[in-house]
Amino acid sequence: MISFTIDGQMVEGKKGQNVLEVALDAGFDIPHLCYNENVKPYGACRLCLVEVSRKGRSKLTTSCNYPVLEGIEVFTATDKVLRARKMVMELLLAMCPGSPLLQRMAKEMGLNEVRFKKEDKDCILCGLCARVCEEIVGAHAIQFAFRGDRREVVPPFQGEATNCIACGACVIVCPVNVIGMKEEGDERTITRWKRTLKMKQCKICGNYFAPWYQLEKIREKANLPKDFFDVCYTCRS
Amino acid sequence: MRIGREIKMQRLSSPQELEKYRQEILSQRNLNQTIVTVCGGTGCHAAGCHAVVDAFKKVLQESVKNNGISLRVTGCHGFCERGPLVVIHPKEIFYQRVKPEDVPSIFSETILKGNILEHLLYEHPVTGERILTEKDVPFYKKQMRIIFGNNGFIDPTKIEDYLAVGGYQALVKALFSMRPEEIIQEVKKANLRGRGGGGFPAGIKWESCRRAKGDIKYVICNADEGDPGAYMDRSLLEGNPHSVLEGMIIGAFAIGAKEGYVYVRHEYPLALTNIMMAIEQARGLGLLGKNILNSGFDFDVFISRGGGAFVGGESSALVASIAGDVAEPRAKHIHLVESGLWNRPTTLNNVETWANVPVIILKGGDWYSQIGTEGSKGTKIFSLVGKVNNTGLVEVPMGITLREIIYDIGGGIPEGKKFKAVQTGGPSGGCIPESLLDLPVDFDRLTEVGSMMGSGGMIVMDESTCMVDVAKYFMNFLKDESCGKCTSCREGTKRMHELLTEITEGRGKLEYLDLLEELGWVTAEASLCALGGTAPNPVLSTLRYFREEYEEHILHKRCPAKVCRSLLKYRILPEVCTMCGRCAKACPTDAITGKRKTKKEEGIPFRIDEEKCIKCGMCFESCKFNAIEVQ
Amino acid sequence: MTHSEIDTIIERHGKKESAILAILQDIQTREKYLSKEALEYVGEKLRIPLTKLYRIATFFRAFSLMPRGRHEICVCMGTACHVRGAQRVLDQIQLELGIRPGETTKDLNFTLETVNCLGVCAAGPVVAIDGQYFGKMSPTKVEGTLKRFYENRKGDKDAKA
Repeated sequence: MISFTIDGQMVEGKKGQNVLEVALDAGFDIPHLCYNENVKPYGACRLCLVEVSRKGRSKLTTSCNYPVLEGIEVFTATDKVLRARKMVMELLLAMCPGSPLLQRMAKEMGLNEVRFKKEDKDCILCGLCARVCEEIVGAHAIQFAFRGDRREVVPPFQGEATNCIACGACVIVCPVNVIGMKEEGDERTITRWKRTLKMKQCKICGNYFAPWYQLEKIREKANLPKDFFDVCYTCRS
Repeated sequence: MRIGREIKMQRLSSPQELEKYRQEILSQRNLNQTIVTVCGGTGCHAAGCHAVVDAFKKVLQESVKNNGISLRVTGCHGFCERGPLVVIHPKEIFYQRVKPEDVPSIFSETILKGNILEHLLYEHPVTGERILTEKDVPFYKKQMRIIFGNNGFIDPTKIEDYLAVGGYQALVKALFSMRPEEIIQEVKKANLRGRGGGGFPAGIKWESCRRAKGDIKYVICNADEGDPGAYMDRSLLEGNPHSVLEGMIIGAFAIGAKEGYVYVRHEYPLALTNIMMAIEQARGLGLLGKNILNSGFDFDVFISRGGGAFVGGESSALVASIAGDVAEPRAKHIHLVESGLWNRPTTLNNVETWANVPVIILKGGDWYSQIGTEGSKGTKIFSLVGKVNNTGLVEVPMGITLREIIYDIGGGIPEGKKFKAVQTGGPSGGCIPESLLDLPVDFDRLTEVGSMMGSGGMIVMDESTCMVDVAKYFMNFLKDESCGKCTSCREGTKRMHELLTEITEGRGKLEYLDLLEELGWVTAEASLCALGGTAPNPVLSTLRYFREEYEEHILHKRCPAKVCRSLLKYRILPEVCTMCGRCAKACPTDAITGKRKTKKEEGIPFRIDEEKCIKCGMCFESCKFNAIEVQ
Repeated sequence: MTHSEIDTIIERHGKKESAILAILQDIQTREKYLSKEALEYVGEKLRIPLTKLYRIATFFRAFSLMPRGRHEICVCMGTACHVRGAQRVLDQIQLELGIRPGETTKDLNFTLETVNCLGVCAAGPVVAIDGQYFGKMSPTKVEGTLKRFYENRKGDKDAKA
């Protein structure tokens, strides 16, 4: 176990853990947007900034990808940290002023004014959708493209996401809920990626439970018999 | 990528064989032989040196008196402003601004008869004296060209030329007379600091890498010179690629690496060709590959091409790019020297840093540390460009003042204009005003005044440069080049550029200046890599030294340097107008009306319709009578 | 570009992930752009997801996903060139050709690009056309310089220095 302090309090972490997850577990409230414990930390949003003091040197760093190290002193709410976080939030809000989540987080930070020309983007570029699709689902349907302020998450060639299996993981993981999924009749659509797939019907209960394409992909990968998904999960149990 | 025919070379299998080969090469060269050296650097290329080379080839081919005369096309000589450059050895006669038409007379007069063609000599701007040899030209006098000087003697496509000037002697000394730890000690003694911008002590970097855990290690040469206005690395790689290679082999031996990579910028095709050729030739002679010169040391070098991204020069982004991914930096809590390329200990250094290694090994760290200042040893190659008379590449000892570089070497500001600022360190650096011209050039001193050494770009600006426009220019560059991962960098540079645009277009407010400083602060503090980390420097340094200029744009909607077009007004002076009509013809929006004066008709002075004027300045450029005023 | 041509390129650099940039660069040099088909084929052969290839192709300025013109005009926007008036040269070229940086003329003759530094600072402002450098450019020289390439229909090779 690795011992270190957060705001003067002793905490313990295991090798390989990052400061943010230990802090959150211990009840410290560090704002974050692009961090999700199920995928590798990325460090894009820059909200989880903390000051870390190590071997006499102190620096401002993101806590989601800073490894727990013996004897470090972490400070989650110094003036410097709070000022930096507030400005980062202001920049995010200027990008996506219509986001209820950002508005709430801003209010909590005491940010009342956005001094920049407001854009009307919806995506905060945290990358969670792409990271989940790549690391956990393995469908590789969407990814970051372009550079600088043209950066965005899109399917290749910005058309329909032809690798998408409409599992909905990206929809759930998106912190600002801008991907969207809807089901109408026997079709499921992941709105943002313009992906509509026909759903398979359960032989027993008659419900449309998952997209054909998705089930086929899973069947192929796991080498399952052809009729494996003829019955839905609920009926099988 | 293969180049041309296969190079058949005799593999050398010992230092003795190398020396023997070197002596063979030297014996075939007569020191009194006439060698015509033509600079083939990029500056001269743009000035048309190829036509000069072709002219020499033709005249040498056609003449019966051509024996004993050889032609050598070399890398950059540094005095780019005066190209094409021709230096005739052994007398070192320095001809500048040579045209293909001059070549026949150079041959018949200078080469055959020893007569000097005065009009091709450099003329001293003050005394009017015509200067004969290269070393007496004021541009070169105050330089100390221990790294760059060899460019003039080497055809970069011939390893024999590099051997003839003593190349690879340092390698032999390192491999056979020194232990790796001793090599590192020597580099530490020399206090060689990174020449790419970071200024980190190379010796310490090498030591950490040597000590890092792991059997597989890498050395990398960062040739992704991205600072606009800097082309030193390009010229070194194009003109003397073996000096860089030799440094890398020595470094790899010291660290314990068996593989190296040279990451060459996409925009430098000639540098790419020349380094590849150098690698093939070195391999052919057995200076690269398995069991180099029978020392037991294996090492080989591979090339990786950049894709056209400034951020690719950032060390962790570069490493990602070599591994086959986008050039996106990663968090560096764990340093590259411990976990870099493919998670192995990696030493990444700049082109110029590697090129300094052979001379340090050969002459010793003590000798090297006599040059320069306390904190900055050795020399630095700068690209002296912009509003300066003698533009080109200059190599000077650290500690020389900016004034000496700009005035003694650079020849001052053209057209009698007034010096305003010198920008150093590229987009990560800042602007230094006249009051600080006596500042000695040194890593720490430059940082103290709000700029930095950077890779060596030195851009001189005069009274006709608008400092707000310069800040906007750099912010535009940075926001385009930002990889976009970090909110603070992507949005920060974007918003700073937005505010600067507002100011230069006449919509600025005084509170924008404080907002710019705040944005600068968060961009630097909250971003992951040095692109974001140093992004605010151009803005902050211009605000520090030229605040009045910003205020003038904001409060009086005026651009004193007459650069910001939205704040300009073009007006034709009716009393001066000769009614020639050139301006009207040049105007793209037909905003100029009037009547041409001819033999039969009187003519009406021309007028610019302000509503239609787009302030492109074409009328101003085309008027030969100075009849157009810019306010 | 045929599959076998792409195979040759892959062969040259190796079937590993670290070779991907070099492979794409060679395809770009030959075809003057990266087609969707080419990227899909490379992805198949190297077992790299198309999402990654698209990301790489759109991240680096060296790559173009649209066919490029016969002649590539590269205006240097480096600091030294900027200070010497590169913006006006660019504006003039835009006016002449009617396209913006990144775009290609309708007749597919010219593609206009800007680059952040060509490394020829002493001759600034610099414009490179098909790799041939034109130094000390000014707005008044633009028309004449471009004219050389209007008439040169024989091909790109003649324009190279």
